[in-house]
Amino acid sequence: MYSRAYKTLVSLPPLVWVGTFLLLPYALVFAHSLWAVREGVMVHDWNLDNYKALLTNPLYAVVLFRTMHIAASVTLCAILLGYPLAYYLAFHAGARKELLYQLVIVPLWVSYLVRGYAWKTILGSDGVLNGFLQYLHLTREPVGYFLYSPFAVVLMLTHIYTPFVFLPIYAALEHVPRPLLEASQDLGASSVQTFWRVILPLSMPGLLAGATFAFVLSLGDFLAPLLVGGPSGTMIANVVQSLFGAAFDWPLGAAISVGILVITISLLCLGEFLEKRWAFQ
Amino acid sequence: MSAFPANPPQELPAKSAALLELRNVAKRFAAVDVLKNISLNIASGEFLTLLGESGSGKTTVLRLIAGFAQPSSGEIWMSGERLDLLPPYKRRVNTVFQNYALFPHLSACDNVAYGLRVKNTPTSEIAARVEEALRMVKMQGFAASRPARLSGGQQQRIALARALVNRPRLLLLDEPLSALDANLRKQMQGELKSLQREIGVTFLFVTHDQEEAMALSDRIALLRDGALEQVASPREIYAHPATAYTAEFIGQTNLLRGEIRGGMVTCGALRWPSDEADGAVIFSLRPEAIRICADDKRQPSEVRFRAAVRQQFYGGSSELLEVDCGNGQTLRVRVPVGGPLAGEQDFVFSLCDPTRVAE
Amino acid sequence: MTRSSTVRRAPLLALYATFVFAFIYLPIVVLVVYSFNRDGVGGFPPRHFTLGWYTVLFADSSIWNSVLNSLIVAAASVALSLGLGLLAALALDRAGFPGKSLFRRLVLLPLILPGIITGLSLLMFAVFSGLHPSLATVFLGHATALISVATTELFAGLQKLDRAQEEASLDLGATPWQTFWRITLPNLKLSLIAAGLLIFTLSMDEIAVTFFLIGRDNTLPLEIWARLRRGITPEINAISTLIFVSSVALLVIWYHLRARSLGARSPEFLEQLGETS
Repeated sequence: MYSRAYKTLVSLPPLVWVGTFLLLPYALVFAHSLWAVREGVMVHDWNLDNYKALLTNPLYAVVLFRTMHIAASVTLCAILLGYPLAYYLAFHAGARKELLYQLVIVPLWVSYLVRGYAWKTILGSDGVLNGFLQYLHLTREPVGYFLYSPFAVVLMLTHIYTPFVFLPIYAALEHVPRPLLEASQDLGASSVQTFWRVILPLSMPGLLAGATFAFVLSLGDFLAPLLVGGPSGTMIANVVQSLFGAAFDWPLGAAISVGILVITISLLCLGEFLEKRWAFQ
Repeated sequence: MSAFPANPPQELPAKSAALLELRNVAKRFAAVDVLKNISLNIASGEFLTLLGESGSGKTTVLRLIAGFAQPSSGEIWMSGERLDLLPPYKRRVNTVFQNYALFPHLSACDNVAYGLRVKNTPTSEIAARVEEALRMVKMQGFAASRPARLSGGQQQRIALARALVNRPRLLLLDEPLSALDANLRKQMQGELKSLQREIGVTFLFVTHDQEEAMALSDRIALLRDGALEQVASPREIYAHPATAYTAEFIGQTNLLRGEIRGGMVTCGALRWPSDEADGAVIFSLRPEAIRICADDKRQPSEVRFRAAVRQQFYGGSSELLEVDCGNGQTLRVRVPVGGPLAGEQDFVFSLCDPTRVAE
Repeated sequence: MTRSSTVRRAPLLALYATFVFAFIYLPIVVLVVYSFNRDGVGGFPPRHFTLGWYTVLFADSSIWNSVLNSLIVAAASVALSLGLGLLAALALDRAGFPGKSLFRRLVLLPLILPGIITGLSLLMFAVFSGLHPSLATVFLGHATALISVATTELFAGLQKLDRAQEEASLDLGATPWQTFWRITLPNLKLSLIAAGLLIFTLSMDEIAVTFFLIGRDNTLPLEIWARLRRGITPEINAISTLIFVSSVALLVIWYHLRARSLGARSPEFLEQLGETS
């Protein structure tokens, strides 16, 4: 029912914009990754040296492994916090369900920076946590290793991504047909058996979606390490950021970015594939 | 093979010329033939119903005429003009949508005024025509209400007023009564019919309800799998269904499959003389054409048979019997309400009652 | 016996849920409380209430300049991404074109890709096309990244709009243009406002993309970022508290509009996130 002119009119501007400011820049990242820097100047000299460097220099593998480790920890913690919370809201919260749901949503909108900053003030050696511990006489000296550690990065990112993990799990649990639970009990399953055999499998797509977000978003984060991570909490995106800053090696930075991009997109595809396998409806 | 063409050349009522003509219209969606070569004329002032099961293509016909879809081949003409080349908003055709499609952000009166406003009708004229349209559907008191506040029947009336206020030459109604409950539906049928008579606008009405089609229409066009099965007046289509499908779709019937040989029709246990040529045949015999025969007087123009009553369904004003003529041949018989019946009875029907139909 | 419909008590689970809520809210509470603490951030318990840090904040012109910069960028991003997002949503809803599903995924990419990639790819683009990093490039980055949010929110609104509404309008003689203004847009009004608020909030908070595109004029998050490198002051608690309060205020407005227009409870783009790869 819509004319060709109408369809062209609505499709063309977003296509052109996205092509120019999204697709072209991504293509540029890829192009840069095949260039080189000679004597502090970038030359358009097509080669694969950057990728060779990434594969041969163990430093990158170490940082990448640490990054994966942090991202996996964040994902696990966020699930351990988010799943029970979603379960409680979906099945046991009763009339307070709406209010509690809103309470989980609110922090999603609170600035990332504000929340990171808050953790910095809590974990610092002059911070609130050390003040609290000394107030209780649990420690005499300020504890230094709270801040500027992989632990701080995991804590901050867990705090940020728990609501993200909660959302799809809660949606999946809400969609579990309630008669199935009654049927399971009617057939003699205990609550625990019902959880493992009915509820968990049916909420798996939500769990996978949440886990994929948390992992992917943590993987590419560079702000948390800068805020609370310190040198021992450096992640792969920080390497990119420093190559684009002081170290000035855009081609190498671009190559790492392409690596992050490939890993991210593979993980998203894997997540989607697994979700489909777990989707029964 | 049959002597009865499935889609006989249709005769328009003599008094008026065709308002709308579909000429060999076909529509394909994704390699499926939704409509196959439809030709149909609608006379000015006529109430024509497109009847068919869901998926038979009746709504597609409406969408082609309204302009929301383009025919894959064929032409649509209206009063000597090509209609199918015009965009929907240039066609003097209006639609009452299935779920009314009232604009939720506009009041009833603004909904009705919409068509006039977009054509820059003078304000004073809009006011007068909207008021007239609302009066016509007895909704003057609800001008300021939002659609969400109106009942189904009231929304239906506003949808009707919204279409009619534009004085269309042809009004398309897409199952407009299907969302209403049974009583309201009957009442709205009556109102629709008298409204149509009063204002004289041509109605093209789509429904899957054969009773509704019979009650309302001047003519019925029966669609089956995207092709026209039969186009005729309700009386004609009931009395002389062209095909077995039509006979079964419209009203109840007994389909008698048998053969003619040497001037005798044989359909299971039933036999009667016929002067038609030899061959396989199907007859439609309406349940109410069969009577219980109490006496022994045989008429040459009647066919008598004996059958056992198997089931008796009480229907208030009449009863439906399922009778067994032997060899598992069952017939349905509609009789006036009497007492319980059991065992074997004599039944009779007139020789002119079985109507020969095509497969 | 069937299970009764009343909610069963689960005290352990309730306790755990309380703990999770405490974890989620603890940093925010600490932040707000210490913005009123005379002795600065750290130390326990906070002892002396003061509004002094807010006084310092209100006198700090470079913060307010950055707030103004952020407001300009956010307003411009809302306008552009809503406009393009509306067109993109219409295109996805009703036009068929080659590469449509690719386009859908591409539009959504900035939401799930690490901000650093969007940021530095646009930095390369800026250098490539001779643009100097400035508020204009920041705006370019925000608007491009946030088209995704506008598109998903408005697409959801369009999906909810009954196509028969537009057909009825054409049927009644309105041209496609009239139909767009009189039927399509009014029906999308609440979705548009809700999407606008969301984009505004996200742009005001954005940091990862901005990081690479900023010139001499800081946005508010980058001004805070720069100060964090110099050390922690309660003035930052004060501005963070104000950001928190305004985010929540916008969220409350957003939630009411959203509930009225779509009846759903979480933003569409979050629900879309799972199906974008």
